[in-house]
Amino acid sequence: MTSDKVKQLNDADFDTAIQSDQPTLVDFWAPWCGPCKAIGPVVEELAGEFAGKVSIAKMNVDDNPVIPGKFGIRAIPTLIVFKNGEVVDQVTGAVGKSQLVELINKAL
Amino acid sequence: MGKDHYELIILGGGPAGLTAGLYASRARIDHVLIEKGAPGGQVLSTDWVDNYPGFPEGLSGFDLMEKMTSHAKRFDVNILTKEVVSIDLNDQVSKKIIFADDSVITCDALIICTGASPNKLGVPGEAALSGKGVSYCGTCDAPFYRNMHVAVIGGGDTAVEEADYLTRFARKVTIIHRRDELRATKILQEVVYANKKIDYIWNSRVIAIEGEKEVERLQLVDNDGNTSSFDVQGVFILIGITPNNALLPLEKLNADKWGFIQTDTETRTVVPGVFAAGDIRSKLMRQVVNACGEGANAVIAAEHYLKSKSS
Repeated sequence: MTSDKVKQLNDADFDTAIQSDQPTLVDFWAPWCGPCKAIGPVVEELAGEFAGKVSIAKMNVDDNPVIPGKFGIRAIPTLIVFKNGEVVDQVTGAVGKSQLVELINKAL
Repeated sequence: MGKDHYELIILGGGPAGLTAGLYASRARIDHVLIEKGAPGGQVLSTDWVDNYPGFPEGLSGFDLMEKMTSHAKRFDVNILTKEVVSIDLNDQVSKKIIFADDSVITCDALIICTGASPNKLGVPGEAALSGKGVSYCGTCDAPFYRNMHVAVIGGGDTAVEEADYLTRFARKVTIIHRRDELRATKILQEVVYANKKIDYIWNSRVIAIEGEKEVERLQLVDNDGNTSSFDVQGVFILIGITPNNALLPLEKLNADKWGFIQTDTETRTVVPGVFAAGDIRSKLMRQVVNACGEGANAVIAAEHYLKSKSS
């Protein structure tokens, strides 16, 4: 399931990672969450398709309490797209690939 | 992946679809199972499954679906991860599956196992506060509600199970139900009635969800028309399911008034060579145990159809 195309972010390196003017999609997830598992392969696929244009990352909310709290994450999976350190938009739940592409396109 | 025609296409990778895949693969039917994400379906979000025979200790829905997926993989079920946008049944001999990227594959027989999704309340504030206190999955989101007071809307099996699960984290859980008694299976009712952290608001419906950045309160109306405001930090909406039928040509498939697909006892729909199994099927009970049975049944019915066509 893990691919080197998907970055694993943590509380310490998150802020630096989202500063870029190249958009970053962050998938906030946890290993025990079913819908997170369901959406996993889609996120991997996006990492391949948007390689070089958008950086695709995941953050495990179990291991990282600070950043999910800062962004008010109260449900997973939540996927947020960032650009220049700012939130562009977000979705919650195991949505389809086309909805995630739509989300990413808002930042491109 | 290159093939563009299969004898059998199975649409959806929940319990019905995975079982259909298993039976199709063992029957050496030329098949593909299409699923938009990882296989598992709604059961992935079920905290605990205590009524699936063969697991006397019970197991989590997540674990059960991992087992079903690896069982399917052991028999080389051909799984394709791709998002379908529509099904074209105009040519009844060659059924067309149209993907989000505009590509098309066809099949002789089709088993629809697209399942169902949680219902929404459809009240003001629900969409805006989704993921900010509004949730449809207790097992996913309960840990975010440590020491908080949350409401569970609904009175069926899922609502009651999730309310009980939520008390592991939340300080207090209030079940809000539009009737004056729970609809859940008796053994589940016994569990929640014994749980001291759960209380009830009967005969009431939610008419609005309010909060600045996160959920702060619900607006309720009781069956006599009296309104009230109720402070909570989260609301879990567990009021039944709606069929995943957006991609299906319902006018051809004879759906019931809720949009579930009607079949005969052998899972045949009104379109020859098209079958429906699992939660998408119009029926009385929606459980893993009958979804699996219908998935298996649909493959045998499909096999009969394929044979009759080729002879």
